[in-house]
Amino acid sequence: MHLLQLAVLLPFIGAVLVPVFYSYMKRLHPGIVALIFPVAAAALLIISRLSGQAESHFAWMPRLGLNLDFNLDGFAFLFTMLITVIGALVIFYSVHYLGRREALGHFYCYLLIFMGAMLGVVLSDNVLSLYMFWELTSISSFLLIAFWNHKEKSIQGALKSMLITVFGGLMLLGGLLTLVSITHTFSIREMLTMTNVIAGSPLFTVALVFILLAAFTKSAQFPFHIWLPDAMEAPTPVSAYLHSATMVKAGIYLVARFTPVFAVAPLWIYAVTFAGAVTLFWASFNAVKQRDLKGVLAYSTVSQLGLMMTLLGIGGISLHYHHDEIFYMSIAACVFHIFNHASFKGALFMVVGIIDHETGTRDLHKLGGLMQVMPITFTAAVIGALSMAGVPPFNGFLSKEMFLSSMFDSSESALFNPVLVFVLLALVIIGSIFTFIYSVKLLKDVFLGERHALPKEAHEAPLAFLASPLILITIVVVTGLIPNILAPMIEAASSAVLNKPVDHLHIAHWHGINPALLTTLTIFVLGTLMVLYFSKWKSVYKLQPEHWTFNTLYQSALKNSEHLSYKINHSVIAGGSRLHLVLIFGTFIVLTALALLFAPTGFGKWQLADIRIYELILVIIILVATYMVVIAKSRIFSIIMLSAIGYSVGLFFVFFNAPDIALTQLTIETISTALFLMCFFHLPKLTLYGETAKFKLHNAAIAILTGLSVIVIGLIAYGHRYYPSINEYYIKNVYELAAGKNMVNVILVDFRGFDTLFESAVLGIAGIGIYTLIKLRYRKDDSNEQTEK
Amino acid sequence: MKIVAAIGLIIVSISILGFLYRAIKGPSMADRVVALDAIGIALMAVVALFSILLNTQYYISIIMLLAVLSFLGTVSFAKFMDKGEIIEYERDDS
Repeated sequence: MHLLQLAVLLPFIGAVLVPVFYSYMKRLHPGIVALIFPVAAAALLIISRLSGQAESHFAWMPRLGLNLDFNLDGFAFLFTMLITVIGALVIFYSVHYLGRREALGHFYCYLLIFMGAMLGVVLSDNVLSLYMFWELTSISSFLLIAFWNHKEKSIQGALKSMLITVFGGLMLLGGLLTLVSITHTFSIREMLTMTNVIAGSPLFTVALVFILLAAFTKSAQFPFHIWLPDAMEAPTPVSAYLHSATMVKAGIYLVARFTPVFAVAPLWIYAVTFAGAVTLFWASFNAVKQRDLKGVLAYSTVSQLGLMMTLLGIGGISLHYHHDEIFYMSIAACVFHIFNHASFKGALFMVVGIIDHETGTRDLHKLGGLMQVMPITFTAAVIGALSMAGVPPFNGFLSKEMFLSSMFDSSESALFNPVLVFVLLALVIIGSIFTFIYSVKLLKDVFLGERHALPKEAHEAPLAFLASPLILITIVVVTGLIPNILAPMIEAASSAVLNKPVDHLHIAHWHGINPALLTTLTIFVLGTLMVLYFSKWKSVYKLQPEHWTFNTLYQSALKNSEHLSYKINHSVIAGGSRLHLVLIFGTFIVLTALALLFAPTGFGKWQLADIRIYELILVIIILVATYMVVIAKSRIFSIIMLSAIGYSVGLFFVFFNAPDIALTQLTIETISTALFLMCFFHLPKLTLYGETAKFKLHNAAIAILTGLSVIVIGLIAYGHRYYPSINEYYIKNVYELAAGKNMVNVILVDFRGFDTLFESAVLGIAGIGIYTLIKLRYRKDDSNEQTEK
Repeated sequence: MKIVAAIGLIIVSISILGFLYRAIKGPSMADRVVALDAIGIALMAVVALFSILLNTQYYISIIMLLAVLSFLGTVSFAKFMDKGEIIEYERDDS
């Protein structure tokens, strides 16, 4: 088995083994066992990367095109490292976070499924397996968000994220299949070599929109960002892992993967850039007003994802418009920021989890003055938050600098006119100011100021609990101080995204005095001032009415669609059989009319027989009787008229030389008349309900039109006989082959005996049905009597 | 022969129309039932004349059947009008 396949499979094996293990070994925390799997997967991935075994192929369902083809390029490697390493840290953290009373087996099972699915997403070269793993991340994320399923809010949050991400997942399927239909290949790498074919296809825009919707929903871009703050009802390790470091970056991964295919279109660049910039601005603006610590981090994650998306948009320009290296920088910045964000946001979530665990609350208004009590947590939080704010010397500063300079560079593209550049820069800079504000305010509200009475007596967390965030913080500091150790990794990842070699990347703190640095300084100054005078401008948030949010829109859309479908359902299903018949006949009439309208055939050639006088009389009798049935005022009268029609039909069979059918018809008619009369006694008086003119008119119109349709179809069918009847065969062979002279009977029992068999079965079933309907009557008294006896 | 049969057929057909008029119009239910019985018998005549016209014997059984059915139908209608139901049975739900 190939190393890559094993690496993806390992977490799934763990997902099966850990709960089994847990049910036998209650004493050992299953988290320790679960830790083996991400570590082993990481080791396998590093080995296969170093040994150059970067591809694997497994023909799973080759006829459908669904193969497990894995490809470990630089970009995928970065992601797999984030997934496995942060996964391991999160699992280690969760050992202390989750008490023994939780459903630990379930938790690690879901978490490992998620990990495997995420590895599958980033490694998949086959589009169908990409989609499969993508949906698996949605499902396992749903399970993890609703982990505390006794809480109403958890269920709500899980449902919301499920609906939105699965909507996106289906869009992804649509987009990928569109791409497959254009390129006739299921491999992403082959698609990347066929960019000209894809760009020339009429389905190009369709695929583009589908893929973008998928990426935007998964990565919580505006306006699909609403699920992420609600997903904070999950346990904190889950939030740290899924909703900051890995799953929400799947959309970023998707956009980056397909940048070489789609960036040829200005629509892609505008959509990605501006969706990202608006998300960056809107989420950072909203993050400031959150009271819940995790709410702040959720909005901050959304905003940082917007930042990455913007960078990918600008980076896309490099591929097709300017072969200018300045836009390469944008992709490198995005890759770098993916790494940085995963490190500091993971650490921050864990810190928040620790605070929540040790103080019993996450409410910013209740917390305060924890600096002296929790010094180590405080240090970790300071470094994480300052990195998030983009303060030197941490890694957030570096990627923020690269980000700002990329934004300034965007003005050099022919795609962006001055107005667009201005809007973009305004969104981005204001967003960055708010990022600074919420990062600093987070520190200030939690660790500075006075201490309030807390649900628990606050104290420092045990070292093992702190280990994971501290490791992440170490990464933040190290990559902040010596960023160039990451340069080879970022170069490899950027080359993989751009499908072109990118080298000579140098990340440095000091670029000289340039617009980006000046902007950063401005951001710091303005941000500090705004934090200090927060109470003065806080009322800005009251400008947006409470219910004017996308959440309200989502809720009302959900409610309205439910209401609408209820209405439709109710009106159709509860409309009674009359309505159903109207619908059936109406459809029949409309379809006939459409057929006649769009495919006029004419009546063709009729070969009419002579009309005999007694046939005419019989027709008149039937017509009169039918009319009488329709206008009958009493039930018995209509029964008599019905039997008159039946006998006349029998007579018609006589006229048309069908003695057997006439015999049967007459017998059946008598029996059914007798049945009608039997039921008659038990039936109520014939009440002609809804006897209004309008009602009658409707019914008459439908009846007449239905009759006309049937007549027209009959006439047309009669006029177009293309082949002679097969009755010659029966006439010739009825005696020779079947030894009978009565041809009807021979056909019934010999040539086509199967029909007769099942007709008999129908009669048998009808008989048994009638018997059971009459005999087996459930009465309430019966059961009572039986129990009494 | 055939002309006679055809004329007979037309006459019987018209008489059926007459019976039908009675069946529709008939002031009481008994009128209608009698008319229906007569229609049954007229139908037998029609079939008989028709088999002469077609020179075939296959319709004889239909005539017999019509006779039986017409009788049964009339009896059941009569019973229905008399007692309100056709098949009586002892109810043992006392």
